[in-house]
Amino acid sequence: MSDVILKVRDLKRDYQIGGGLFSAPRLLHAVKGVSFDVERGTTLAVVGESGCGKSTLARMLTMIDAPTSGSIEIDGTPIDITRHGITREMRQAVQIVFQNPYGSLNPRQKIGAVLEEPLLLNTSMSAAERRDAALAMLEKVGLKPEHYGRYPHMFSGGQRQRVAIARAIMLRPRLLVLDEPVSALDLSVQAQILNLLADLQDEFGLTYVFISHDLSVVRYIADKVMVMYFGEAVEYGTRDEVFGNPQHAYTRTLFAATPKADVASIRARLEKKSAAAG
Amino acid sequence: MTDTPVSTAAVEAESRNATRKMLAEFWFYFSRNRGAVAGLVVFGALVLVALAAPLVAPHHPDMQYRDSFLTPPAWAQGGKAAFLLGTDAVGRDILSRLIFGARFSLFIGLVVVTIALTGGIVLGLVAGYFRGWVDTVIMRVMDVILAFPSLLLALVLVAVLGPGLGNAMIAIAIVLQPHFVRLTRAAVLAERNRDYVVAARLAGAGPLRLMFKTILPNCLAPLIVQATLSFSNAILDAAALGFLGMGAQPPTPEWGTMLAEAREFILRAWWVVTFPGLAILITVLAINLVGDGLRDALDPKLKRS
Amino acid sequence: MSLLEIRNLSVEFDTASGPFRALAGVDYTVEAGEVLAIVGESGSGKSVAMLAVMGLLPDTATVTAERMSFEGTDLRSLSAAQRRKVIGKDIAMIFQEPIASLNPCFTVGFQLDEALKTHTTLNRRQRRDRVIELLTAVGIPEPERRIGAFPHQMSGGQCQRVMIAIATACNPKLLIADEPTTALDVTIQKQILDLLTRLQRDHGMGLIMITHDMGVVAETADRVVVQYQGRQMETADVLTLFENPSHPYTRALLSALPENATGDRLPTVADFARDFARETQAGTDSGREARP
Repeated sequence: MSDVILKVRDLKRDYQIGGGLFSAPRLLHAVKGVSFDVERGTTLAVVGESGCGKSTLARMLTMIDAPTSGSIEIDGTPIDITRHGITREMRQAVQIVFQNPYGSLNPRQKIGAVLEEPLLLNTSMSAAERRDAALAMLEKVGLKPEHYGRYPHMFSGGQRQRVAIARAIMLRPRLLVLDEPVSALDLSVQAQILNLLADLQDEFGLTYVFISHDLSVVRYIADKVMVMYFGEAVEYGTRDEVFGNPQHAYTRTLFAATPKADVASIRARLEKKSAAAG
Repeated sequence: MTDTPVSTAAVEAESRNATRKMLAEFWFYFSRNRGAVAGLVVFGALVLVALAAPLVAPHHPDMQYRDSFLTPPAWAQGGKAAFLLGTDAVGRDILSRLIFGARFSLFIGLVVVTIALTGGIVLGLVAGYFRGWVDTVIMRVMDVILAFPSLLLALVLVAVLGPGLGNAMIAIAIVLQPHFVRLTRAAVLAERNRDYVVAARLAGAGPLRLMFKTILPNCLAPLIVQATLSFSNAILDAAALGFLGMGAQPPTPEWGTMLAEAREFILRAWWVVTFPGLAILITVLAINLVGDGLRDALDPKLKRS
Repeated sequence: MSLLEIRNLSVEFDTASGPFRALAGVDYTVEAGEVLAIVGESGSGKSVAMLAVMGLLPDTATVTAERMSFEGTDLRSLSAAQRRKVIGKDIAMIFQEPIASLNPCFTVGFQLDEALKTHTTLNRRQRRDRVIELLTAVGIPEPERRIGAFPHQMSGGQCQRVMIAIATACNPKLLIADEPTTALDVTIQKQILDLLTRLQRDHGMGLIMITHDMGVVAETADRVVVQYQGRQMETADVLTLFENPSHPYTRALLSALPENATGDRLPTVADFARDFARETQAGTDSGREARP
């Protein structure tokens, strides 16, 4: 019996674009009927290139946008923000980490205030309790207590992403949507953040929906993989299935396009080059 | 929690440090602009003089010296040491009137900017945050106000409300307000879809908190600059209204009103018009320089974050 | 004689918090027809070096070098404007943001034509033919029709192709590509990299690839320079670098690649960075981390 935490069925989202004074509006199908399950404590990676609808999917899962049709269930509770709005319980269930660590923190808010805001708005903790919780969380994500009173612009990109992660898990959500959390970061920082995410998953039993375009990262972190192409899920399976035996032509194109940094491929390339020259 | 009181103090000290660092950085960029610093010094002096007017002024502003009508400045021929900048047509000391006039001018600037800024921010936030028909209605009304020549509109408003300094200030504030509304709205539109706003919304922040606590502080930089520039505009407009007889009424020593009273002596006694004019010029120039410096200091910060 | 030879290049910026050394004594040599990759993370000074060669740095920068020559011409004695005139035809550069690098007010045909007008004596007819030829060469479909397209009507990948067409319009001897594929999708990246290496081979150009992506390095480079915080860590040919990296930083960087992951957690560069900071503490400021 598998313990499914997130159940998505036939999720669709259309956008109306254009539709000025003289032109009829056009309907853009950003997500065209996507279904998947995520089990508790595991990571689902959603892979695709720009415009494939993966960010729209993230916005629907985190209740920023409402789906046009289809259903999302978290722990058996259907999520429908158009009818009931967002309740406190729903907010505590899902949170998101954005791609750009420079845009996701309020430049005029100190780190402490950033971390305490979710607690202030959703719990009845006292100021001192909130402070303690924020300080404890800073330590969890590998920052120091003295960072508590600083402004975001005093931090590097990797440190800011740590803060963004800390904010997202302040309310102890069960599900965390990570929208390209490492693609704006340097390689060495990327490794640190991936390690941090793995640590936090172990400690809090978090479930991740990890959205990315980088196959090497996905291969490293995912349990299950879903490949999206023009709003459709063209491939969905466990990591070994998808990477070992891709079914869809697009998935194979994607794999072929990913640069290979192993010695054998470099040697092959150089040999081909010298053969062409000679 | 493993938190000890010692580290609590350290954390608070660090927090204060961060604030101080922000201010130091701001001052660094501001002080790089020499004109702005000069403007600030002049403006500061003006504020001091205005506050200490009864102590600084050599005479009472309304005291008429019957034996010395239209006395030239002290250094000119026929001048008296007692009246440094000369006297006007009814024998009042011009220097004293200018010093007391500074009070009015600064008061006008402060009140007008406060009214226009408050109204502008609220309307701009509402328009930019809610969009839709609310936005349309607010912005069209602002467009209508902007379509009138500003001084003319202020004149009409004063004519309706009745002449007087208070009504003049309200009229000028209404005329200046659309600039703040537009500026706020544009800034809100740029900020409202940023990730940090979405994140605050997901954390459960309601519209009021999002508008005033999350978005507004990030829109303040252009507003502060506009506020300083409006400050000088308000002084100018008030002087103009005073000159046209619709602002402060005689014998109030307001600079524009002083100019108006001196109109008929322009050819005979140059000092009666020159000094109030210079006072307006210097004040407005100083404030505009400060505004320039503020823009220098606040803009790079916006780009960096 | 090397195509480009730079010895002991240093660049210092005047900033609000005092002078900031972006590059400290780096050397580059590019032979004709060679692909050199400069790889490093943000703050490694990898772009600054090439901007210094092109004379594109702001006035706040101070550039010093023992030797800086292109085909034997000493670049140091020339002013930035003269330098652009002398080498503008022979060195071309493309940037990370293809859409931002094109002027949105003009058609791509016009912008290509402008590049030809500046550096060649072709007449209008010949230029038009050359523009179509160039667009065909970079793989733009229906070049006769696309000539009248504005940058916003094209995708990022197509804009980068146009940028490459502009850069190669005058058959430069050296092409500098500053993160040419970072803003693009993987499948497009593959196409652009293939295009760049094909053009490089066909024209026998020198190519400098500035990148942070080890995958791009592995796919394109002959020789690699690894930089960290404005210093050169290692220079090696590509196979040696990946097979047998000699510098600890390179080793750390390679092992941080997720595809090389062996255990449960990734090794990070942090340990190296700590040692490095301790080593260089004497010379550099400690405020680096706070810089965004």
